[in-house]
Amino acid sequence: MKNKSLVSINDYSKDEQLKILELAKEFEKNPVQNILQDHVIASLFFEPSTRTRLSFESAVNRLGGKIVGFSEASNTSVKKGESLRDTILTIANYSDLIVMRNPIEGSARFASEISPVPIINAGDGANQHPTQTLLDLYSILKTQGTLDNLNVAMVGDLKYGRTIHSLVIALCNFNTTFHLVSPVELKLPSSVKMHIKERKLTYHQYTDMEEVIPNADILYMTRIQRERFSDPLEYERIKNAYNLDVSMIKNTKEDFKVLHPLPRVNEININVDVNPKAYYFEQALNGVFVRQALIASILGIR
Amino acid sequence: MNSKIIKELKVSAIENGTVIDHIPSNAVFQVIRILKLESFNNMVLFATNLESKKYGTKGIIKVSNKFFRPEELNKIALVAPHASIIEIRDFQVADKKIVETPDFIKGIVKCFNPNCITNIEQLTAKFSVLDKEEIRLKCHYCEKITTKNTLEFL
Repeated sequence: MKNKSLVSINDYSKDEQLKILELAKEFEKNPVQNILQDHVIASLFFEPSTRTRLSFESAVNRLGGKIVGFSEASNTSVKKGESLRDTILTIANYSDLIVMRNPIEGSARFASEISPVPIINAGDGANQHPTQTLLDLYSILKTQGTLDNLNVAMVGDLKYGRTIHSLVIALCNFNTTFHLVSPVELKLPSSVKMHIKERKLTYHQYTDMEEVIPNADILYMTRIQRERFSDPLEYERIKNAYNLDVSMIKNTKEDFKVLHPLPRVNEININVDVNPKAYYFEQALNGVFVRQALIASILGIR
Repeated sequence: MNSKIIKELKVSAIENGTVIDHIPSNAVFQVIRILKLESFNNMVLFATNLESKKYGTKGIIKVSNKFFRPEELNKIALVAPHASIIEIRDFQVADKKIVETPDFIKGIVKCFNPNCITNIEQLTAKFSVLDKEEIRLKCHYCEKITTKNTLEFL
């Protein structure tokens, strides 16, 4: 994967994705190594992010690399009206790899076409967030021992949630059975369902969460965002439709795990947190190992 | 008098050039724009809402002394998927073909997503064609799908 930008999850083949996950296991065993000491990574966050930015920066720091960049665009030349093209061409001079989050959709693909150094997309608007997908795959693999033939239930905003879209597409490589739980207004879009149908995989759609839990291997919860609704009353009605309480995961499979890309609001009650089946904070930690693996692999170090 | 003769009377024949026939009536002006005939200096004849046995009504464009490259003509497939292209030389039909929707489109259509980089930065929109009949175009950049209902030409 040397010098190969990661913009959309499908830029990497199934084999390439599995190689990253394999390498992430090694970094999990040995997360502090001085292998990036000769490298400068640019971390360009044009919009705020907590988990993604800090986990990238933590990944680089633990491998001895240097970071340049910014965590919001307001005190940069972007504010002066500089084009993304000029920003990327300039910063590529100062770094070996660019990690970028930008609210404009397609910005990462564009950057990867003009940049002389590889780009890792850390989220481009509602479009793609491939490192989240890799860490989700890693979390599933780690807790289930396999990615194949699992029953994965996805709950919440399936319409706008980019992590859901990318994860569905990635899981289509692994003969997954999908259980899609959402309000009618927030169903998985046909452009994503198309991938499930192409692979002739099974999917079921529900509006009620409780019936899917006993058969699921993974319960992937997402946040329903206020800004998706023009009518605030509609939001109030829907936001409370899916609240996971610890009593609901009593009769689940042995290896059953609850995942969430975080931040959570009220969709998972904090009484779930201490249950061994809650996995979302470990999931966030896995992001560091997966990003270490990805960076090392793109820079040709591993 | 059959309809063919009426048509010939309505849009006179050209000596040399290209006839684009079987254009949907409501797409004639789009075809003119896509082929940049507005700034063309030779004679251009066009008519719309003509009677058509096959399609009910249709439009036709005749461009004098101009022969298009296939990739130029295939651009019109998005609005006139069943258009036929007739090359005329010395008042005779020299060649006849139908348009083909390309697999990849560059610089004809605008991405419908206002938050797409192609609508913000200076760069050309590119699409892969997912469905040639229904017209579903996947943006190379933002990956959103532009459809017939949201189609806008550059």
